[in-house]
Amino acid sequence: MADEFDDRLRKARTRHGLDAAENGGKGSVHGPWGFGLRAGVELVSALIVGVGLGFLLDRWLGTSPWLLMVMILVGGAAGVMNIYRLFMPPKRPPK
Amino acid sequence: MAAEGPTIDALSQFELTPVFGAFGAAVNFSQANAFMLVSVALISALYVYGMRPRAVVPGRLQAAAEMLHDFVLGLVTSQVGEEGRRYFPFVFSLFAFILFGNMLGMLPYAFTHTSHIAVTLTLAVLVFLVTTIIAIRLHGLKFFGYFFPEGAPLWLAPIIIPVEIVSYISRPISLSIRLFANMVAGHVMLKVFATFVVLLGGLGAAWLPLAALPLAINVALVGFEILVAFLQAYVFAILTCIYLHDAVHLH
Repeated sequence: MADEFDDRLRKARTRHGLDAAENGGKGSVHGPWGFGLRAGVELVSALIVGVGLGFLLDRWLGTSPWLLMVMILVGGAAGVMNIYRLFMPPKRPPK
Repeated sequence: MAAEGPTIDALSQFELTPVFGAFGAAVNFSQANAFMLVSVALISALYVYGMRPRAVVPGRLQAAAEMLHDFVLGLVTSQVGEEGRRYFPFVFSLFAFILFGNMLGMLPYAFTHTSHIAVTLTLAVLVFLVTTIIAIRLHGLKFFGYFFPEGAPLWLAPIIIPVEIVSYISRPISLSIRLFANMVAGHVMLKVFATFVVLLGGLGAAWLPLAALPLAINVALVGFEILVAFLQAYVFAILTCIYLHDAVHLH
């Protein structure tokens, strides 16, 4: 009886990501919800940074609108790279 | 909390108003600051009073304090490694502060201080600065090699380096927007459905059965929001740990 409960508890904890460290989970410990929310935010925030940097650099260097146009593309690329990192965690070298 | 008049007023709950009378108004001490102090006081009380018995078999409060401590410690050691223990106080403070802020916000009449981007962005910039400074102190100029992965062809450098820099700077933005947006969205949804209950109920007794529907949704939403409150504090802490791992191991 006790074993059965422990077994169920462990399954439940794993399901909720509480024991993720044991099954080698690295970073991506939450379910599809967490992934979905993270992916959207990662994409948009990189774009915000790209647009913001491009806008400020344009104001500073007086090259409007060229740097903004370039940095929008760079920001989009950085967003895609954020998402790539999210789904493909970097290989961690054994210590 | 009913809406004023027959409108749905979902955003006024995030307005800052000074507390503590004239003294509070003079220094713009808003209810957000007050609830930050409350969460810090509650965390301190949990550890000062909860750990007072120092029992081998802990009581309820001591068990709660120990569970929270061990949970964050497990997070730090599994993500950063054993050498990450020295950053445990930093991660723990962030996690406890955000968790208590989120959870306090679920109480009626309470204010969620994590629903303001100013608060979450400040916390995220703190994480960003701390991890960057740790990386530079541990690795010196090699830190800047982070922006150009080894083995990539050199002619790609003009593309890779700006993209990596933007990706690095986007960390605090995504960290802060995620927490703030989740808290705002949850509280707006609660408020909108609560207003539906009041508006439908105000139409007359015949509408009361229909008013039970948004009420049922709100009951489910409260449970969901408590999950989100915990999950977002957890996500903030685990991402801090991942960034610390990158800063310590640098690859």
